[in-house]
Amino acid sequence: MSGNRAPLVEVIGLSRRYALPGGRNLQALDNVSLSVAPGEILGIVGESGCGKSTLARIVMALDRPTSGNVLLEGDDLFALSPRELARRRRNFQMIFQDPYGSLDPRMSVARIIAEPLRLLPERLSRAEKAKRVAAMLEDVGLRAEDGARFPHEFSGGQRQRIAIARALITRPKLVVADEATSALDLTVQAQILRLLRDLRARHGLTMLFISHNLGVIEEIADRVGVMQAGRLLEIGPTAAVMENPREEYTRRLLAAEPTLDFLEQPA
Amino acid sequence: MRAGMMRWLRDNKALAAGLVITVSIVVLALLSLFWVPMSPTKMNIAQKLKGPLENGFSSGLLGKDHFGRDIASMLMVGARYSLTVALASVAIGAMIGTALGVTAAARPGFTGAALGRLNDAIFALPPILSAIMLGALMGPGTTTAILAIGTFMIPVFARVTRGAAMQVRARDYILAARMAGEGEVTITLLHVIPNIASQIIVQVAIQLAMAILTEAGLSFLGLGTPPPAPSWGRMLADSQTYLLKAPHMALAPGLAIALAVLGFNLLGDGLSRLIDPRRRIER
Repeated sequence: MSGNRAPLVEVIGLSRRYALPGGRNLQALDNVSLSVAPGEILGIVGESGCGKSTLARIVMALDRPTSGNVLLEGDDLFALSPRELARRRRNFQMIFQDPYGSLDPRMSVARIIAEPLRLLPERLSRAEKAKRVAAMLEDVGLRAEDGARFPHEFSGGQRQRIAIARALITRPKLVVADEATSALDLTVQAQILRLLRDLRARHGLTMLFISHNLGVIEEIADRVGVMQAGRLLEIGPTAAVMENPREEYTRRLLAAEPTLDFLEQPA
Repeated sequence: MRAGMMRWLRDNKALAAGLVITVSIVVLALLSLFWVPMSPTKMNIAQKLKGPLENGFSSGLLGKDHFGRDIASMLMVGARYSLTVALASVAIGAMIGTALGVTAAARPGFTGAALGRLNDAIFALPPILSAIMLGALMGPGTTTAILAIGTFMIPVFARVTRGAAMQVRARDYILAARMAGEGEVTITLLHVIPNIASQIIVQVAIQLAMAILTEAGLSFLGLGTPPPAPSWGRMLADSQTYLLKAPHMALAPGLAIALAVLGFNLLGDGLSRLIDPRRRIER
């Protein structure tokens, strides 16, 4: 999939250190390099605290790295002026983990989805905004009339569809999904994964899909990167990594996938 | 419909009682603009210190004071001043305090810490003391009382809104707003304030009670609205000399103050129960 096209996103030697109280440091990211080709879904897997969410936040320019660069279409995000960065934000959007915390409970669904439209260079008329929001709602499997309702009237899966609609309304080139299905139950997870695959087929989305769940990654990712303690251990085509992991840690991660008999063992 | 309303009343007793009390006081205060039983400033020495209905209706529903003025009418007009001072000072406190609180939450670094210390400094001055200082500067009066109480309210609102705003700011929809290119001011106006509005409203009700009590204290000390305008605090102060001879002179304004404070406290408590689902369960 990566082939000979220029990568959409390049992450080069990314490190992020957080100062902890007591003068200690937390190395959340340690010299991570990777690239994502246009139209590709790159999965990032690892246990909690391995730095995958930090990676997502930095690629989305919500946080700054201690060192290293993120290039989007060849431009270094952290070398851009704040104004220029804001202008580029329509090209990269994010889907969050918690569909209950990521939608403002005081806003109608239509206003939530329309929020990123202010990133577009042209001023849209009210009618034009409403039209785009309605089309987007139908794109993610909701009804256009749902825009008038409020987030609390929807189930977790429906809320995540709203969050996806918001992330896609500016037709971004890159979408980062940070544990986008982890808060949902299994059947709903499958529906959301199907929707994302579907949307990629229709709009040619490029995604960085972050999850602790190998099963989900296997479902959706073309390639997968395995992270541990801030470092990227290995990266490769999903099937190859799953069937023939090079790293000991990846093997242990694969073996640790929970099954039901795990629950039957005495604690 | 009717059964639903009865159930609502049973589940929200505090709120219902608070509403009844506060609305009655507001109505009486507004009514005094157009009509009072007798003039609250007209003296009638023949009737002085007469108890409630002692001489029939000519001695008034709540009796007469030491100048023979009608206590019921004085309470009605006094309610107007109490409410005016309370509303104005809480408005000052709520607006400036909320502005400071949400700013401190938006700038957690040096600015936030500096605002926090400033709050502590203001909070350290009791409102009575700042009213005495302000009174020395600009003379006692309604404005002095409003400014003194209002200043005292600023840190109260700043603290409540800062805490609430920090909670809201931890939610992912704030990150989503940043992804949509919104700046801190837009985020505060569009996302933070609407989501903390309920807490602000509850605090307004509770602080109105506090303000009425403080205003009564200030006019008791002669720092409130100057005579001849009647005020609850001064009526209480005037009653001291006649406590044994005419206890109704102390009871009437005393109960009025207690009732108003109770009413706004019940309102605040009821509203916070209504808004906070965790408090709705425990009862």
